[in-house]
Amino acid sequence: MSEITQEQVAHLANLARIALTPQEIASLTTELGSIVDNVAKVSEVATADVPATSHPIPLQNVYRPDVPGTTLTTEQALAGAPDHDGSRFRVTAILGEEQ
Amino acid sequence: MTNHDHELIRMPASALAEKLTSGEVSSVEATRAHLDRIGAVDGEVHAFLHTDPALSLRAAESIDERRAAGESLHPLAGVPIAIKDVIVTNDMPTTSGSKILEGWVPPYDATVMQKLRAAGLVPIGKTNMDEFAMGSSTEHSAYGPTHNPWDLERIPGGSGGGSAAAVASFEAPLALGSDTGGSIRQPAHVTGTVGVKPTYGGVSRYGAIALASSLDQIGPVSRTVLDSALLHDVIGGHDPRDSTSLTDEWPSMAEAVRRADVKGLKIGVITELDGDGFQPGLLERFREALDLLAAAGAEIVDVSLPSLEYAISAYYLIMPAEASSNLAKFDSVRFGLRVNPPGGGTVEDVMAATREVGFGAEAKRRIILGTYALSAGYYDAYYGSAQKVRTLVQRDFAAAFAGVDVLVSPTAPTTAFKLGQNDGDPMAMYLNDIATIPANLAGIPGISLPVGLATEDGLPVGIQFLAPAREDARLYGVGGALERLLEEKWGHTLISQAPDLAPGEMNAAEEGAV
Amino acid sequence: MAKAQLMDFDKALELFEPVLGFEVHVELNTKTKMFSDAPNYFGGEPNTNITPVDLGLPGSLPVVNGEAVRYSISLGLALGCSIAPSSRFARKNYFYPDLAKNYQISQFDEPIAFGGSVDVELPDGRMFTVPIERAHMEEDAGKLTHVGGATGRIQGAEYSLVDYNRAGVPLVEIVTDIIYGAEKDAPELAKAYVSTIRDIVVALGISDARMERGNLRCDANISLRPRTAPGEPPAKLGTRTETKNVNSLRSVERAIRYEIQRQAQILADGGTIIQETRHWHEDTGTTSAGRPKSDADDYRYFPEPDLLPVVPSPELIEELRAALPEPPAARRRRLKQEWGFTDLEFQDVQNAGLLVEVAETVAAGASPQAARKWWSGEISRLANAREAEASSLVSPADVAALVALVDSGALNDRLARQVLEGVIDGEGTPQEVVDARGLAVVSDDGALIAAIDEALAAQPDVLAKIKDGKVQAAGAVIGAVMKAMKGQADAARVRELVLERAAAS
Repeated sequence: MSEITQEQVAHLANLARIALTPQEIASLTTELGSIVDNVAKVSEVATADVPATSHPIPLQNVYRPDVPGTTLTTEQALAGAPDHDGSRFRVTAILGEEQ
Repeated sequence: MTNHDHELIRMPASALAEKLTSGEVSSVEATRAHLDRIGAVDGEVHAFLHTDPALSLRAAESIDERRAAGESLHPLAGVPIAIKDVIVTNDMPTTSGSKILEGWVPPYDATVMQKLRAAGLVPIGKTNMDEFAMGSSTEHSAYGPTHNPWDLERIPGGSGGGSAAAVASFEAPLALGSDTGGSIRQPAHVTGTVGVKPTYGGVSRYGAIALASSLDQIGPVSRTVLDSALLHDVIGGHDPRDSTSLTDEWPSMAEAVRRADVKGLKIGVITELDGDGFQPGLLERFREALDLLAAAGAEIVDVSLPSLEYAISAYYLIMPAEASSNLAKFDSVRFGLRVNPPGGGTVEDVMAATREVGFGAEAKRRIILGTYALSAGYYDAYYGSAQKVRTLVQRDFAAAFAGVDVLVSPTAPTTAFKLGQNDGDPMAMYLNDIATIPANLAGIPGISLPVGLATEDGLPVGIQFLAPAREDARLYGVGGALERLLEEKWGHTLISQAPDLAPGEMNAAEEGAV
Repeated sequence: MAKAQLMDFDKALELFEPVLGFEVHVELNTKTKMFSDAPNYFGGEPNTNITPVDLGLPGSLPVVNGEAVRYSISLGLALGCSIAPSSRFARKNYFYPDLAKNYQISQFDEPIAFGGSVDVELPDGRMFTVPIERAHMEEDAGKLTHVGGATGRIQGAEYSLVDYNRAGVPLVEIVTDIIYGAEKDAPELAKAYVSTIRDIVVALGISDARMERGNLRCDANISLRPRTAPGEPPAKLGTRTETKNVNSLRSVERAIRYEIQRQAQILADGGTIIQETRHWHEDTGTTSAGRPKSDADDYRYFPEPDLLPVVPSPELIEELRAALPEPPAARRRRLKQEWGFTDLEFQDVQNAGLLVEVAETVAAGASPQAARKWWSGEISRLANAREAEASSLVSPADVAALVALVDSGALNDRLARQVLEGVIDGEGTPQEVVDARGLAVVSDDGALIAAIDEALAAQPDVLAKIKDGKVQAAGAVIGAVMKAMKGQADAARVRELVLERAAAS
């Protein structure tokens, strides 16, 4: 059995910026435990001699020429914004400092 | 609905395209017929999240004008097409099935949309899907489930249940889907339609709202193999806006269907996907299809992919890990929903409240799971190991394809289950993807096409063929050949057996075999 | 906020050994951004230089700017690094409103360059080798403006505004290894190191390197470890702070000195240093506590699935290596010789961080001495008065133009200083300021002669003295003429004409 705790799920929710309710934390703890028990078997065969694959089709050195293209207008950029001041996106006060 | 309209919506895209090209039918007529059909049946099916008849008719009108002016147009010009809501469209809202994007109209078009519009296809609406393509039933859509046209009490598959149901219920001849772990193929299987997941990188992902970037692929959805091939030829090809897009010159998929022949083709049956856990009546249809292929000259052999038992586990680590990062952008700052917590709060509080309200249960479950898989101390055991399993799955496929031309399996373990049946058991739901997931992990192409109705429930059964990366054309060859063999045997198409959803309309049975 | 107690610097050095580390972010001056084809330009109207990629719009995908990769390899080579045969981009996941996708595309365990060193010259001419751990590619974030509250800072603000023009600007982050042995030179070393990095990127032509514009940013890690008696094992490393927002060479030096003094006092008082980010405040010359580092800093790095490995060919690396400019130390020796500066003159320029400016001014046509005189003299004086970096006030091209105006006789020194102020105040190029303010030296002999004749007529006794050969008496007439011309005359020409007119009368 995996040892996923409610504290752990609360911490993950904080990392993922989701204000889960206590009930959600409780049910996710159970579900996550069951899912993790099922998927943890990947480590059985993932031995040190097996390389990791991050891309299904191996490509490399895919670059773009350094040539400017079309940009969005400010109106287009702001059109979907929940709040803005006409040229910039507006958010409420920020608690933490830049990282 | 007139007899004429009745015929228009039931004919495959290839036949409609011929009538459009000859001028026998106008795009406005064809588009209006499909819009009327949506009006008649979508209340029950709920395949569409958004339609804009005026917009679609204007696009159709423009094609008719260009044709009238003597312009040489693409063969599919004027054919209506439904667009899975995961694909951004600059003239219709794009929500990816989520509350968090309700009403969002993107300021840009996906590359596939640009290609469709350039070819003159007529976007007819946005189709329903599991939220952010997370699901196998379309029950996780924030806007309510789509219903399977074969049995409205049942799921249409997922995540692209909307696109599959739209073509299965004659609301559109073509649709676009996206396939991360089977979201094109599994809905095709349960709705008696055709769906193709191209080789990873074969179709641009630019403008497809990402679920899992290393697994996602856009592909065609249709009622016939040729129609999927025709659409594949439109949307495929290199796109400099997608770094993972392949630069290959692709052969014509439509040509591959027209030249379809299985004589001498070596077909490997994946032994891990042929027995335990698969519905018996479904396996009957599967075996009959193999017999037909053998009778037509194909060589059928058994092939084992021993790492397959780890594939689902690897998938359910990689997919949520990438999704947890891809979905971080939904934060209430630049687009989409904003929820202010009671009494206000800092931007951190606003983001957390927005994501709590804006994401559904499945999205939250996968985000938390993915965050866990990537977090410090767990990365190596989970995400790192899953990436290694991916290597093993690829090696299995490489070894298998050294001996056979294509692999084959049922597309999913069961026919369409009842809406709500798998509620509260995420792991049971995840197991639906067992046959489709390996192709996404390996980046190889896959097709699902109907092989009949399961004995015990009379619901559609799909067969899946897989080919090596870049060999999509091979799938169209074998798919096209099997489709022809089956329809010759039945004397009709499978989709013609679907129940009539709009009793006021002409009887569907009048439509014959293609 | 209580003002921190500071220990005397020399005392602090007696008790503790400063241990340093730097993270320098260099903004590359490619034409487009790191992962989008938006123009690589910020400032100006907010949210104009953005594409769906820079805004992190759903569905958008990054594509690597090949030129930025070349620049990064060149920089890695100039830092003496090895270039990774294969490196990868990774996502650094954290939520912040200026980060459009809420992850930064960076490099994690496979940086493009690693294991180098940079030779840095201290003010007294000694060399110090700074070890480089790695240099990696990443993207910049957008810009936040905090509104409401008294300070314009994040604390107390009512709301913040976000401009994503800077989002996606290509960055190379240069990370040093732990630097031991700087001792009392730590502040000067810090400044000399950043100055050297600036010289390198300017010589490579890969960055505008204007610190005041944030093209070059330094985060300084500082810890102190207690000294132990000879023979005893060294104490273990102290807890470090990371000082951010250090946006001038002068600040780098001051910030290091401040943190050493602050930490020393806390440790001497029996306190502990908190591992935290500290923000440098240019105005007060102090740092303040920022975000504490905690286990919440779980960035969940993983390979960026939307991008592919960077695998530079050995041929490309050698091509870029062959094109490297000479190293800064060699370049300094060459320039000193070419310019004919004395040791003192050259060190003045070097220590003021004005080498680049002087070189560019010379390249724009000014004589080395004139370039030095203007940068070390009047421009530095104005910079001090305005508490700004000299380099931020005026461009080398404008200084060269000013020198040319003086050389041609169109301006005298006094007028040139006025023109300089005009240029700094944004009135245009030197010529435009001259035209707008009407500051040119009066070179019309007719006007001068009229004024001279008038002055001579008004002072017949002086005229007589001049005619008697007492030429020094001419000073009184010259003074009167200069006054009449409101200073806008060439005094030497006036003198010539006074003598001529006196003789002729």
